[in-house]
Amino acid sequence: MSIVATYLSWALLVLGGLLCISGSVGLLRFPDFFTRMHAASVTDTLATGMILAGLMLQAPTWIVFGKLIMILVFVLLTGPTAGHALAKAALHSGLTPLLPGKSGVLDVDNKPSGGM
Amino acid sequence: MESFVHVVILSMLVTTAIAIVRVKDLFAVTMLAGIYGLLSASFFVLMDAHDVAFTEAAVGAGISTLLILTTLSMTGRFEKASVKPQADYRPLLALALVTVTGALLIYGTQDMPGFGTADAPVQTHVVPRYLNDSATEIGIPNVVASILASYRGYDTFGEVVVIFTAGIGVLAMMMSKASSTPVVQTSLMSDHVVLRIVSKMLIPLIMLFALYVQFHGEYGPGGGFQAGVIFASAFILYAMLFGLTEARKVVNNTLVQLLSALGVLLYGSVGVVAMINGGSFLDYDFLSADPVAGQMLGILLVELGVGITVASVMIIIFFTFTARSQKAGESD
Repeated sequence: MSIVATYLSWALLVLGGLLCISGSVGLLRFPDFFTRMHAASVTDTLATGMILAGLMLQAPTWIVFGKLIMILVFVLLTGPTAGHALAKAALHSGLTPLLPGKSGVLDVDNKPSGGM
Repeated sequence: MESFVHVVILSMLVTTAIAIVRVKDLFAVTMLAGIYGLLSASFFVLMDAHDVAFTEAAVGAGISTLLILTTLSMTGRFEKASVKPQADYRPLLALALVTVTGALLIYGTQDMPGFGTADAPVQTHVVPRYLNDSATEIGIPNVVASILASYRGYDTFGEVVVIFTAGIGVLAMMMSKASSTPVVQTSLMSDHVVLRIVSKMLIPLIMLFALYVQFHGEYGPGGGFQAGVIFASAFILYAMLFGLTEARKVVNNTLVQLLSALGVLLYGSVGVVAMINGGSFLDYDFLSADPVAGQMLGILLVELGVGITVASVMIIIFFTFTARSQKAGESD
């Protein structure tokens, strides 16, 4: 049991860390504000959730486990809400998402007002 | 490995500090200052100073960023670059002065004992006594709380008075008679359904967490300062989403002002009661027949006073700033 839990926990931790890195790369490389925000939100929810789940499997006592659950609930509530507020503020201030043109290819070079 | 993490965090701190100086967009500067606070908090965690890290995260990264943002809504977003250099603009002189002072300070550290050596003052002065005797004299597990509230009760009393004075100062400068007339102002956020619903779910949890931090401070990291800031942030969140007028219905000005004074009064009264019972000011041994029980009671009451004052002063500052910026927005 404990060995399975340890391996599972490490797998979750490493996967969460990789997702963090991929989210950061996306934040730097994606073409416009909304896609970048998407990358950041994945880091916020999925990566944090995996790391917390990995830590839960190693929790020494039930109190620690419960605290980690509460942190997870808090992160899952606030992360998407912050993303929503950010996207709404960006739309409100006139930033339009980058959409494929008639040819079906993203018009990256001629972006409207993105690229913050 | 740990020193590698130290180097990474410290270099990120330096980079953030340089960015704060260079960037002209004050909004970005505020966010960078918040990041600076968060990085400092991580560094303090690495140094095993969990109470300090908690305070830095709550105050440095949290509420001060928020208050600066509120100030920015009153001023402008961009730093005004002076068109032509003024007559007394001598950057090289200032740079030389800073370099010389820094070099002198670094030279001064040569005489200090090395970090972590046995003969450093932190190892030989009062700290060993605190660490050895706190368990029997105070009887609470968190030595930081026993130093803060009991051994160094005078200093903490001074800090609370400073915070109270800051609240009075903000009120004296910013509160005008016109702000007592109700500002008919619907919140800018009134159409943000998702934000409002999630915040409604979170606000009770934030308050509960603040109470946990307040009363668990004797057993783990936490205490009045952090709890006060967290408690105030619940009210500030409510005011941001539902408007100042709605928030004033929950906590009106008179109540908050009374509470901010009440916290200091509670702290001072504990000291006076100790004097009446035959001890000296803030000597909690005399609060109860059993010295350890007296210490526990004294620390509990003192931390409660700190929490009440900090929470009310933060609410006062935010409400006063917001009322002022709304008025400024109307007159434009």
